[in-house]
Amino acid sequence: MLFALRDVSYSRDGRRVLDSVSAELGAGATAIVGPSGSGKSTLLRLLNRLSDPERGEIAYRGRPLRDYEPLALRREVALVPQLPALLEGTVEDNLRYAARLAGEELEAERCLGLAGLGGDFAVRDVGRLSVGEQQRAMLARALAQRPSVLLLDEPTSALDHAARDEVEATLLRLRGELEISLLVVTHDPAQARRLAERALRLDAGRVVAGGSVEEVAR
Amino acid sequence: MTSIDVSLGQVAAALTLVALAAAISRWQRAELEGDILVATVRSFVQLTAIGFAIEAIFEADTIWLVLALLTVMVVFGALTARRRADRVPGAFLPLLVALTVAGATTLGLVVALGIFEPEARYLVPVGGMVIGNAMTAAAVGLNRLGDEVADSRAQIEATLALGATAREAAAPIVRRALRSGTIALVDSTKTTGLIFFPGTMVGMLLAGAEPVDAVRLQLILLYALLGSVAIAALLATTLAYRNFFTPAQQLRDLG
Repeated sequence: MLFALRDVSYSRDGRRVLDSVSAELGAGATAIVGPSGSGKSTLLRLLNRLSDPERGEIAYRGRPLRDYEPLALRREVALVPQLPALLEGTVEDNLRYAARLAGEELEAERCLGLAGLGGDFAVRDVGRLSVGEQQRAMLARALAQRPSVLLLDEPTSALDHAARDEVEATLLRLRGELEISLLVVTHDPAQARRLAERALRLDAGRVVAGGSVEEVAR
Repeated sequence: MTSIDVSLGQVAAALTLVALAAAISRWQRAELEGDILVATVRSFVQLTAIGFAIEAIFEADTIWLVLALLTVMVVFGALTARRRADRVPGAFLPLLVALTVAGATTLGLVVALGIFEPEARYLVPVGGMVIGNAMTAAAVGLNRLGDEVADSRAQIEATLALGATAREAAAPIVRRALRSGTIALVDSTKTTGLIFFPGTMVGMLLAGAEPVDAVRLQLILLYALLGSVAIAALLATTLAYRNFFTPAQQLRDLG
């Protein structure tokens, strides 16, 4: 079991965003679906420990999340946020920064290729990328850390159909090649079915369904 | 040391210019007459009061009174700067440390280097300038820091999510805040003598000092201020950014 959540609650600005969420998320690919504002992104943040739940317990590989050193955990369980937020400089500067934090050797071309970007993107200034390109550069940057779990928040929200198909193909390939586990937040049930085999449905901060993606993300 | 006598009559005569300012405000309906009146009265009362205090301290000529006055300046400076840094949680302590260290280091160095004697006549005015400028720099730096954190939450969290420490994730914004705290004085130092005459030099020339002495003293003060401003902005920003983060390297949700 990758993640086990027991009775997890979280509030923000006095609003209950997650309400007694209990769920088990296994290895492989799981989609987290539900309407906007249902707590999907918050759930990912808790798994990466960008925030801690105010109640309840989360375990990763059988150990409480709080027992992990947060920095080491984040390098292993990489979060790619919905809004691209790269550091100033070139794409390669960003990849090198991430690789250095994780103590990994940088293979820029390989990471860019996995994210569906050509090697010539390495020297591009991030300020001159389109949003779709930035989103893929964010994915490449996460891959530079060689994480074992990727938490993806609406990974194709800023992409056109062609780019979306490319990123989806990339994600499927990643699973095959790197044996990486994916947790994908998406509002699109069809995308959930293309990318994942299991799904969790949230509504108003509560788990309303969990199981095979065909049943949950119809 | 040259000295100059200024009569109350001369001060009263200068009020003509205040009347002119009030007249302009009234004519243009800028509605500043009330503020101009308050500013005039407050400046008179405050400066007269500090004048008596300084006179008493000069006469007593003990280092303890000087230190007490400088301490009061540091505490009030930190309180004033905190109001400008209202988006920074727990800003008072970083500001207090920044102003204390900036003041102590700068005054300590100018005395240790033999530039000024450790006497009230030097330490009080120089200390006031140093602490005042350090306060402005620290306040501007923290004000910018608060704005930057609010504007860059997504980027800070994306960097934390890579396993960067709070220090690493905040480094670019701390750098920008430090710059904005220091740059005003650096710029005005660049143009000094060309576009404006700094106050000390003006005061000395009016008091009848030789221009070469006025210039040298002004240079000493400008250089001392550059040091103190950099120290204050550095300490305020590098101490205060920590308050935005939890021990688990999370960006606090400040609502």
